Amino acid sequence: MSVLEVTGLEVRYGDLTAVDGVALSLAEGETLAVLGANGAGKSTLLAALAGTHLPTSGTVLLDGEPVTRLPAHRRVRRGIVLVPEGRRIFGSLTVEENLLMGRFPKRAGPWHLRAVYDMFPLVAEMKDRRGSVLSGGQQQAVAIGRALLANPRVLLLDEVSLGLAPTVVTQLYDAVRRITAEGTTVLVVEQDLDQALRVADRVQCLLGGRTVLEAQAAGLDRDTVADAYFGITRGSRTDPTEA
Amino acid sequence: MDWLNAGVQGVLLGGQYALLACGLSLIFGVMRIVNLAHGVLAVLAAYLSLVLVEQGLPLWLAVVVVVPVFAALGYAVQRGLFNPALAQVGGGARGGSGGGSRGAGELAPLLVSFGVAVALTNLLQVVFSADTRKIPTGGLASAGLPLGDLSVGVLPLITLAVAVAVIAAVQLFLARTATGRAMRAVADDAGAAAMMGVDPKHMYAVATALAFATLALAGVFVGMSTQFSSGYGDLVLLFAFEAVIIGGLGSLWGTLAGGVVLGLAQTIGAQIDPQSGVLAGHLVFLAVLVVRPGGLMPRSVPA
Amino acid sequence: MSGPAAVAPSTPPATPPTAPTVTRGGRGSWVGGGAMLLVVVLLAAVVPYAVTLGALSSLVMLFALVILGTTWNLLAGYGGMVSVGQQAYVGVGGYALIQLADAVGAPPWAAVLAAGLVGAAIALPTSYLVFRLAGGYFAIGTWVVAEVFRLVTMQIDGLGGGTGLSLSAFRGTDRVERVAFVYWFALALMVAVVLGTYLLMRSRVGLGLTAIRDDRVAASSLGVAVDRGRRLVYVAGSAGAALAGALIALSTLGVTPGSIYSVNWTAAMIFIVVVGGIGTIEGPIVGAVLYWVLQQALAPLGTWYLVVLGAVAVAVVLLAPRGLWGLAAGRYQLFPTTHHVRPLAASATVAPRTGR
Repeated sequence: MSVLEVTGLEVRYGDLTAVDGVALSLAEGETLAVLGANGAGKSTLLAALAGTHLPTSGTVLLDGEPVTRLPAHRRVRRGIVLVPEGRRIFGSLTVEENLLMGRFPKRAGPWHLRAVYDMFPLVAEMKDRRGSVLSGGQQQAVAIGRALLANPRVLLLDEVSLGLAPTVVTQLYDAVRRITAEGTTVLVVEQDLDQALRVADRVQCLLGGRTVLEAQAAGLDRDTVADAYFGITRGSRTDPTEA
Repeated sequence: MDWLNAGVQGVLLGGQYALLACGLSLIFGVMRIVNLAHGVLAVLAAYLSLVLVEQGLPLWLAVVVVVPVFAALGYAVQRGLFNPALAQVGGGARGGSGGGSRGAGELAPLLVSFGVAVALTNLLQVVFSADTRKIPTGGLASAGLPLGDLSVGVLPLITLAVAVAVIAAVQLFLARTATGRAMRAVADDAGAAAMMGVDPKHMYAVATALAFATLALAGVFVGMSTQFSSGYGDLVLLFAFEAVIIGGLGSLWGTLAGGVVLGLAQTIGAQIDPQSGVLAGHLVFLAVLVVRPGGLMPRSVPA
Repeated sequence: MSGPAAVAPSTPPATPPTAPTVTRGGRGSWVGGGAMLLVVVLLAAVVPYAVTLGALSSLVMLFALVILGTTWNLLAGYGGMVSVGQQAYVGVGGYALIQLADAVGAPPWAAVLAAGLVGAAIALPTSYLVFRLAGGYFAIGTWVVAEVFRLVTMQIDGLGGGTGLSLSAFRGTDRVERVAFVYWFALALMVAVVLGTYLLMRSRVGLGLTAIRDDRVAASSLGVAVDRGRRLVYVAGSAGAALAGALIALSTLGVTPGSIYSVNWTAAMIFIVVVGGIGTIEGPIVGAVLYWVLQQALAPLGTWYLVVLGAVAVAVVLLAPRGLWGLAAGRYQLFPTTHHVRPLAASATVAPRTGR
């Protein structure tokens, strides 16, 4: 059975339909990358999965149980943990206090403070600094560590690469690979195609709030993804602007 | 000698103001609400303990009853009035867009708390009349310890000690416990805290419950030391507010210092002209506002 | 609370529909405006001859309440500043009127107008003090200032200390003549304040203020002089409160520091604006009428009346945040300050702001 099963998800902002009938499924231990250009509906999809913006219709099942209408804080306790876009580090808390916030839902599992410090040695060195003084890359590492301490059943990563230098992004995705290798089920939303393909087992591409491509990551042609990304029709593939 | 006496009395009075200010500071620190009903609620606590004492309860037992009752009241007021007011402006209590603009968001909670203050002040006047009252203490309020040529009041001394203890306890709670940490996280970014499993609405209510508990305690001490009436809440609010601002926002120890400065200003002012104690306190507050708008002990990072 | 197109150009484009049409007001405004004019004419020409002197004095209080509500709304509804200390200027206005009329010997009408100026003159330096506080702390800070005004007033022997002053300028004037004069003068003053507020909000300054209220940072980045705008509103709103205070002293023939500096004046302003409808010109008028009617009707209840008032204000903030006028607005707008944009076609949609 899938860990996360989403069917017919529709999310609106007022009159605007941002996610329009998306379905997706995540198997135990699998890593799915959701790709798409700006405005494709990726972040909105994550918001609906994390419970920060409730969908207008559709269902979200976690281990077969519906969580569609659950508010964010109760979803975390069930194990859907989001690393939000923009990191959202608590500025007045120290790094260690930020990490300990991951323990708030009191979920048992393999992740503990030591393991996070082992994964991000730089974070360990800064544990007494305030969140507000961290660089973007450091913040992102703390945000990922904080989410891991909640021992997620499903880890949602939103635009890890956003606004960060390429070398920092590579380091962070090295960590993500180690997290997926531990068997954590992960959903990544990413604009950086190369990084996403490094960690993903499967790829799902959104355009205008709909799925336009689903494929295994292994051996996936970069151009195919790029075309779906921008909605370029070629040969037999369906036109996403139709229907 | 009179001046020295005024100084000692002023410092001790500062303990009362700091205790009063604690809850105001806490609610503002966590959810940026200025509770204009703060003063009248302290007076309500004083009346409540007065009634219990008049029913024959020992004073300590009245305190043991009133403080938890106020904590429960605080939780209910937050969930029933302040949270809906916060939610109305599309801000704070909801997860999601935590980075929304503040400013306009302060309007609804402020107006709600003002409405509560007006209604409650006049309700107290209906129930208890406008006569001044005082909680009987069995001589405690007039007891003094000789200190050289001075006599130091026992009750003000206890009040100061309680204020220090309460502030230390609240600081410890915020710094060391998981709930305290979550409370600071909610103050930073309620949406992000929700993503870590914290229910901001519940956490706000816990903060208000704690604030109301300290405020009830403060109210009882006011009631023991001062002739109070239903309208006294206005002054209580102003004094608590002045202690917070003089001390600097976001620092409870600063609030203690602010309370002491205010107390000194009032007793020394009254020494100069018996009619002008309160005015002297206001003027010192305004002077601090001009000279050091951040307060005497500002914190670089708001807690 | 804000008009959706508050920053649209103030004149409709003359060109054919290559751009969305922007309109302000409409037929509803003309009808409403006509009704409003009729009410003013009735108040001026018919009412004084139809009711008792006592009722006229009571109406003077209504006109003062409209001024208080309108000017508090200027601060909170347009300037985003919740002051709990406007009683400071009610008091200043009351005392200034009596001093100017009795000690200086100015004619009463001139003394009232001058009292407004005194309020403005005191509000300007005070603004530098209270503007150091933001949001809720601004609210209590203004209250402290009002207390300082009251306590200082009581220290000055020339102002009657704790007992206050009574107005003697009308001594020897026929009672009917006096009440009629105060009534007409108060009516004219109210109309002037409401119209003045309306014109201020329609002006460039008013648009800037709305922008400041909605998003101070964005407004300042667009070149709106935030501090100057807020200061102007604070001074104008305080001058209005001083005018009302002067009218009240003129009508009641005296002041006492306890009542003229009472925080209950601000409580009334808040009730009037919140219940009537914050951020609109009409709201405070509706609110003032309601407050005044309740005051007359609930007078036998004594203190309970204020309990009810507080509770109603809380309920309105939570349940109908746009107030009574907000419930009716959209259909009627007597004083159109907002614009309506009619898009060209359905295809001209707004850019999506999702998928960030």
